Formats: sequence, C-alpha cells, structure tokens
Amino acid sequence: MENSVIKMKKADFEKILGHAKSCLPNEACGLIAGTVNDNVREIKAVYLLTNTDASNEHFSLDPKEQLTAVKDMRAKGLVPLGNWHSHPESPSRPSEEDKRLAFDSKASYMILSLMERDKPVLNSFRITGNDPKTSEKEQLVIEE
Amino acid sequence: MQITVAGTKKEIKDNTTVSELIVSENVETPEYVTVTVNDEFIASDKIGSTVLKDGDTVEFLYFMGGGSVR
Repeated sequence: MENSVIKMKKADFEKILGHAKSCLPNEACGLIAGTVNDNVREIKAVYLLTNTDASNEHFSLDPKEQLTAVKDMRAKGLVPLGNWHSHPESPSRPSEEDKRLAFDSKASYMILSLMERDKPVLNSFRITGNDPKTSEKEQLVIEE
Repeated sequence: MQITVAGTKKEIKDNTTVSELIVSENVETPEYVTVTVNDEFIASDKIGSTVLKDGDTVEFLYFMGGGSVR
C-alpha cells in the first residue's frame, strides 16, 4: 500500500456530501467503485446506500443493496474499491469501531466529517493488520 | 465445471461446497462475509452443505459497518 492515491471527481464528492447532509443527524454510507492502476485508484461511481442502523453514531450497509451495487459495478466494468460513510459529529478519521469492523485490507475506507457543517472534510484510509488494526491515510485527489 | 466468482470465471471440481470455495479463494475473515449464489443469500449454517453447480454465480460480500464513537 505504498503511496496509495485515490482520485475522485468533484461531482461524486458533491453527490455523497449532499446525501450525507440529507441523512443528518444520522450517519450516511455507501460504496465506491472504479479502476485500479498500480497504486492509483480512480473512483468512477459512488453508490448511496441505506444505513440500516439509522443511527447518528453507527452504520451498517444493507446487504441486498450492496449486492445490487456490486452487480451494477460489474456491468459497468468497474471493480469495488471500498466504502464511504459520514461522521456527523466527529473528525474524518477511523474510530476504533470503524477499525474493528474493517475486514477487507484491500478496501479504501472513506470518511466524510460533517463536524463543521460548512467545512466538510473527506479522507480515505486503508485499514490493515490485526490486533491492533492500523489505518493509513491515502492521498485523496478531488478533480473537476 | 465452471462458475463465476466475483465476476471472474473459474474452473472448480464437481461437488465443491461454498465453504470449500471460501477456503480456495482465500477469503479474508470469512465469518464476516455474506455469500450469494445466483443472487440468493446463503445462510451461514448452510454454507457447508450448499453444493455449487455448473454455471453458478457467486459473490462474497463483506459486512460493512462502523461507527463514529470512540
């Protein structure tokens, strides 16, 4: 995972930001898909899924929606890259719970903080290892 | 026989079970993976007894969740 770069279009950033704001006060969540070339991952599609926990401090993706999204990714020739979720009241970094429930070392875990409503912060992490799991920030590039 | 696993066609032995496929595919933390065969969700207690058939399509879906506390 050396110098991992993840690219995202501004329109996709705004799509998840709009959805996350519409889900307040609860956490919002979804999936990301795209392409992988060496250490560069490029997001080509973002998916807005239901937080089945309907909570402001926890999220779980709906497995049926997850399957539908994965099939759509395959149909578009994209690969699953990971997921995203919002932190309505806390910073853009993996909580202990985020790390505990991160089971895919190949996935990117994007966290959108809405702690300051007018200054949203999005970061992307890889979470690896076991006991303890560690997180490492990816270089996120948001393009026009 | 041939099946499709996570979008990729693979040759596997006849009578392979879902649990055997999980092992051969080196699925990480399988206890947190939901398996679908032809879009049907396989209950965790049926994984060892579900035998795959030629042409099946299998997906491994990681449980995805977390929380902003702690």
